[in-house]
Amino acid sequence: MNASSNTRDDQRDLAPGDELITDGDVASGLLGYVIGFVLALGLTACSFYVAGSDLIWKPGIPTGLIVLAVAQMGVHLVFFLHITTSPDSTNNVLALAFGVLIVVLVIGGSLWIMAHLDHNMMPMDKLMEMQR
Amino acid sequence: MSVGATASGMSGDPYKLGYSHHGHLEPGTDEATGHGEGGPASKRIVVAYGFWIFLLSDIIMFSAFFASYAVLSGATAGGPTGRELFDLPRVAIQTLCLLTSSFACGLAAIATRLRNHLWTQIGLLVTGLLGVVFLALEFQEFTTMIAQGAGPSRSAFLSSFFALVGCHGLHVTAGLLWLGTMMAQVFVKGFQPPILRRLMCFSLFWHALDIIWVALFSVVYLIGAYS
Repeated sequence: MNASSNTRDDQRDLAPGDELITDGDVASGLLGYVIGFVLALGLTACSFYVAGSDLIWKPGIPTGLIVLAVAQMGVHLVFFLHITTSPDSTNNVLALAFGVLIVVLVIGGSLWIMAHLDHNMMPMDKLMEMQR
Repeated sequence: MSVGATASGMSGDPYKLGYSHHGHLEPGTDEATGHGEGGPASKRIVVAYGFWIFLLSDIIMFSAFFASYAVLSGATAGGPTGRELFDLPRVAIQTLCLLTSSFACGLAAIATRLRNHLWTQIGLLVTGLLGVVFLALEFQEFTTMIAQGAGPSRSAFLSSFFALVGCHGLHVTAGLLWLGTMMAQVFVKGFQPPILRRLMCFSLFWHALDIIWVALFSVVYLIGAYS
């Protein structure tokens, strides 16, 4: 290994955040960040607009906002963190997939269980009456 | 097969799965690939991967805060609701600050790749200043809410709100301290390999905080203010 390669010792394995471009190729690196920034700004603007308008069916707004948020997180992952589908970042993607699985289990599971508890619990005023 | 040919193998088919972009490797003829042949991956790859695992565990911790907020968001105990408390123009400015900050952090990473001291420092400075503006706005929001009697002890909804948003704010604060340290280290020590690895980890951390803020402003502020 020579001294000049200390940033990219290995051209075929990618660290998260590393890009699949050569060191001299600044323009494409810059373009990636600009595309990501513009997409993220656009999705943010959509979220703020959709939330306050009656563009979509009112009860559907939370779902729409969550879809937009997930889309924006995807944009951030691809353009800022450079987690892509290239075979060199398989390890990173698999770790991410496991993280997403746990996040879905924690949030989905909590909401599911607590909704059932709410549903099965006696209303609080009746509970108070019983204890008197 | 020479090492030079391997390095230029990037321009070949990047989607060809396997140990090499040139088909099968003969053992001992190639540099380390990190795929089990030719030795372990470089330190830069290992450090970044380890830090990526840490970030994912941090995100999982945030998911627990999100879950508690989602469960408790209706438990206002007769107190103020999100609709009355949240100031969306301020949240929009906060979002813009953090997004631009993330972008500036990316530009600093490009300048680092070019070994350009001045632009690296400028990029990091802009990243930090926008982070400070974000934190100032969040601090203003918290003090306003507490002054209105809507502090974390008012209701379960507000407890979970302050825990979730405050935890993100603490992360941003820690990130800013780290950022200041990195600027000083780049200034004093220059672009040495350990410094470059720390800069890489910092930018990963900063981008991850932005991802968490995306979930925050969508789930907490936008859904909370309109439903």
